[in-house]
Amino acid sequence: MTAVQDPRTPKAAVSHICLSRLDDPYIEGHRCGGCGEVFLEVHARCARCFGDDLTPARLGDTGRLYNFTIVHRSFPGVVTPFVSAIVDMDGGGVVRGTLKGAGVDPAALAFDMPVRLVFGDSGQKDEQGAPYIAYHFVPSQGPTS
Amino acid sequence: MSQDVFIIGADMLKFGRFPDRTVPDLGAEAALLALRDAGLGIGDIDAFYCGNLVEAMEMVGQRILHHIGQTGIPVVNVANACATGATALREGLMAIKSGMHDVVLCVGVEKLPRGLMGGGAQPSPQLEGLFGSTSMPSVFAQVGQEYARNHGATFEQFAKVSVKNHHHSTMNPKAMYRIETPLEMVMQAEMISWPNTKLMCSVNVDGAAAAVLASEKTTRRLGLMGQAVRIRGSALASDPWSPRNQTMPDFNTVTRLAAARAYEMAGLGPDDIDLVELHDCFATAELVHYENLSLCGEGEAGRMIDEGEAALGGRIPVNVSGGLLSKGHPLSATGIANVYEVVTHLRGQAGARQVEGARIGLTHVVGAGHAGAAAGVHILEKA
Repeated sequence: MTAVQDPRTPKAAVSHICLSRLDDPYIEGHRCGGCGEVFLEVHARCARCFGDDLTPARLGDTGRLYNFTIVHRSFPGVVTPFVSAIVDMDGGGVVRGTLKGAGVDPAALAFDMPVRLVFGDSGQKDEQGAPYIAYHFVPSQGPTS
Repeated sequence: MSQDVFIIGADMLKFGRFPDRTVPDLGAEAALLALRDAGLGIGDIDAFYCGNLVEAMEMVGQRILHHIGQTGIPVVNVANACATGATALREGLMAIKSGMHDVVLCVGVEKLPRGLMGGGAQPSPQLEGLFGSTSMPSVFAQVGQEYARNHGATFEQFAKVSVKNHHHSTMNPKAMYRIETPLEMVMQAEMISWPNTKLMCSVNVDGAAAAVLASEKTTRRLGLMGQAVRIRGSALASDPWSPRNQTMPDFNTVTRLAAARAYEMAGLGPDDIDLVELHDCFATAELVHYENLSLCGEGEAGRMIDEGEAALGGRIPVNVSGGLLSKGHPLSATGIANVYEVVTHLRGQAGARQVEGARIGLTHVVGAGHAGAAAGVHILEKA
């Protein structure tokens, strides 16, 4: 008889976070063997070249800030201000996330600044008390490749 | 060769807030106004294309007919985010071009909940804030930020769009707001999502607009060619693949695709256009669409707003109705209200905001959800 999983085992806050090893979380995307494009969602065919050679791919942890906005007003209950970032990941894939640790002054944020992913407890739990694991971005020291 | 299609009647409600009225009630009033403009009754209509989002599962078109006459005609209820109105109009156009129908009614109607768009019911966990933002102000702030990244547009240039469109609305009796908003007032308003302040976000209102379309043969038979407006171009596009567009909606590529199709169908180019009503859901969006609709060259949108080229009296007036920023943006009504605005100018009936000598106008909308985008472009010509 297999052990019943603890209902409070941490869960991924979004489906593209892979938690097969809790000490080594990562974003799992899907790479097209035909054109190389990387998607976060599971698709039947590649949206770019329509090919069917899509295989799971571990995204890197580093990237560059392609775009951002500083959110001062959001939906009720959402703490503001925060930086919403669009990041081109090194090695492929594009990820939206909150950028922390860089302030909320537009003058302090630069397009293409290097950032990296940090995984951790989101502070939110499901009905059974299981914490949701999420990620955010932080400014990265040194160049990314 | 299919025959040309004409707009023979068009009208809209003054946009506002109607807490005591229903969606079908608002849609019915707009429908009756457009029918009256054409001198027709519901009994003359062969088919009805009804755009609505908030009650998309509730047979809004049929319920409008309950208010104005249950004739048994085919009703198609249309939902395509903020491109819904243009989509309904295009469905009507295609029905006539196909030869299936001679006279059709197209309505866009919306009653909106207050507050920021793009939230919806959030299941656990709350993703907003945790993984950046998917609110509409944030999505369209990034549209402007991408333009700033590529071409160096400034906060002040984006703010000038709002100054212009609010000024235009002071001349439009059907606009929600009719107040001047000087540049300092726009830039000092509450920051919603950098670089859009509250006065750079479209107005969340209720409203309805309607148009009656007819074949050329029927337009002539009814003796309405004098007030008719020919639909020269009509295009709809879904977002083709483009880099990042599954993470950050890309309104540029989808608009360029629709615009190219509409110009090609019309056999016209941007130099032929006398006025434009485009989708200024946020001030940041208007600038990028100058280029997406080829109203100026790449990187010239900032100069275009600085030099007043898009203002009434300028080279190519944009959003002389006041636009979504000040006339208001009742989602599904928007894509027919902008057609009403152009029709009014082509008829020479736009009063103080009339674009003098206007013969050809262009309307544009984009729609988006959390993912996926649509663009609709129509090119209209005085018959």
